[in-house]
Amino acid sequence: MPILQSATALAAQIEQLYQQHSRQVLATLIRLLGDFDRAEDALQEAFSAALAQWPQTGVPASPVPWLVSTGRFKAIDKLRQQQRFVSDGETVLAQIETEDADDSFALQMDQQQWPDDYLRLVFTCCHPALSLEAQLALTLREVCGLTTEQIARAFLQTPSTIAQRIVRAKQKIKAAAIPYQVPPPQQLSPRLQAVHKVIYLLFNEGYSVPASQIKAADTLSQTDGMQQADLAQQAIDLARQLLVLQFDTESCGLLALLLLQHARQQARFTAQGELILLAEQQRQHWDQALITEGIRHVETALASGRIGPYAIQAAIAAVHSESTDSASTDWPQIYALYQLLFRLEPTPVVALNQLVAFSMCHGPAAALLQLPPLLADESLAQYHLLFAVAADFHRQLGQNTEAIDFYRRALTLAVNNADQQFLQQRLTELSS
Amino acid sequence: MKYLCLVYSNEQLLHSLPESPQDAECQAYAEQVAQSGRMLAAEALQGVATATTVRMRAGQVLFSDGPFAETKEQLAGFYLIEARDLNEALQLAAGIPAARVGCVEVRPVRQLAV
Repeated sequence: MPILQSATALAAQIEQLYQQHSRQVLATLIRLLGDFDRAEDALQEAFSAALAQWPQTGVPASPVPWLVSTGRFKAIDKLRQQQRFVSDGETVLAQIETEDADDSFALQMDQQQWPDDYLRLVFTCCHPALSLEAQLALTLREVCGLTTEQIARAFLQTPSTIAQRIVRAKQKIKAAAIPYQVPPPQQLSPRLQAVHKVIYLLFNEGYSVPASQIKAADTLSQTDGMQQADLAQQAIDLARQLLVLQFDTESCGLLALLLLQHARQQARFTAQGELILLAEQQRQHWDQALITEGIRHVETALASGRIGPYAIQAAIAAVHSESTDSASTDWPQIYALYQLLFRLEPTPVVALNQLVAFSMCHGPAAALLQLPPLLADESLAQYHLLFAVAADFHRQLGQNTEAIDFYRRALTLAVNNADQQFLQQRLTELSS
Repeated sequence: MKYLCLVYSNEQLLHSLPESPQDAECQAYAEQVAQSGRMLAAEALQGVATATTVRMRAGQVLFSDGPFAETKEQLAGFYLIEARDLNEALQLAAGIPAARVGCVEVRPVRQLAV
């Protein structure tokens, strides 16, 4: 049945086009139509038209411009029909129709703007005038193309909560006139930081889930035709795109950090989903391809001269990646990198990490002498890792009474199941 | 687009912190915004102790002493501006000297549906 096969092949090709290019088409349509909702409708219309027309006409030589142009015309048609009923219909139409995309030269000229359209979309979704929650949901919906249901599942929220969040964000973009643009150079740095933050939060949201759980949820959800969103992978894809479109040292550092952390994903949990500490992970399970790519980006970031916090954290992850086990790790280098990080981000948490690296270089007794200021820091009073670190220094020195005290304090503060199990296990070992 | 930039700060501290702006600086910034053609109006306000709140209830007018709500930070002044978009409005708001000691709420103006 050759006809049926080619129809299947065509449907598959259109599906692939959607997967690979629907975000670009959407990003351009938002600029051309000046509105998120109108652009989303136009995007769906364009793909419906492709499904209806391509079986007869064949696939156009440049399918993506065809989709943009068709979507734009469908939107104009719709606006013409609604013109009488929409108060500002005429003004909107006049704005949209100014550029005549019928002209192939105009279309070609317009295509030069397309890479920027994708960036415009990213910067608008990650605009700091939107709440962080709204930025995350909007980015996943518009930039990554996830469904509301997938986003809801990823954040353990109901689809209606997420839908409302997205609707409100779009309303604010419209009502407050948040512009669809890449920030000018003098504003770029803080705006890029906001984008980096969204990407890093998305990654962490995904990273905290054992891979086995994503797979299990995947199998379950296959029945309703929906795949569990792999947020960590989405974040990595987004960081890659950002770097391709616009080189920036911290974008490079961020991508490196995500890749190097993701490389450990298979080694971070037991089959039962229990957390395994870095020192005890089976390093042969680390993904060497991701490590190689990550290290390449760290080197690029460090070579560019202006190093930021993501690049330094990536460099720390790279040092870990290059050692065969915890004992042979280049701790003096990690300690030096934490000192550098502390200069850029003088937070108590960085200070604590720095102290752990210091203890690996100079031993737990020397590290204990530097602990009191951190124990007195109120912002760390609820931070279970501080007490776990204190306990560990005492445990290494054979001071079991003090160690048990600190492990108990850590246990009362730990919220994560895997952390609690770990601390309980240490307590049991010391008490016997 | 019109935006109203509402300048809030703790009245007790507004003029007494090391970062507090002098009137001359506030005046200079207002002139700068006016020259850029973006200013519709801007004023600094007397303290909330001078405020009177007015309500109409069942056809009766009610006056009461003080602002409509007791808050930690008080409305100290405003800029009504014309800006291309929110980014331009935010940038302009960031330049208001009092933003160093208080904060500026930027609100798009709503067109009445008439």
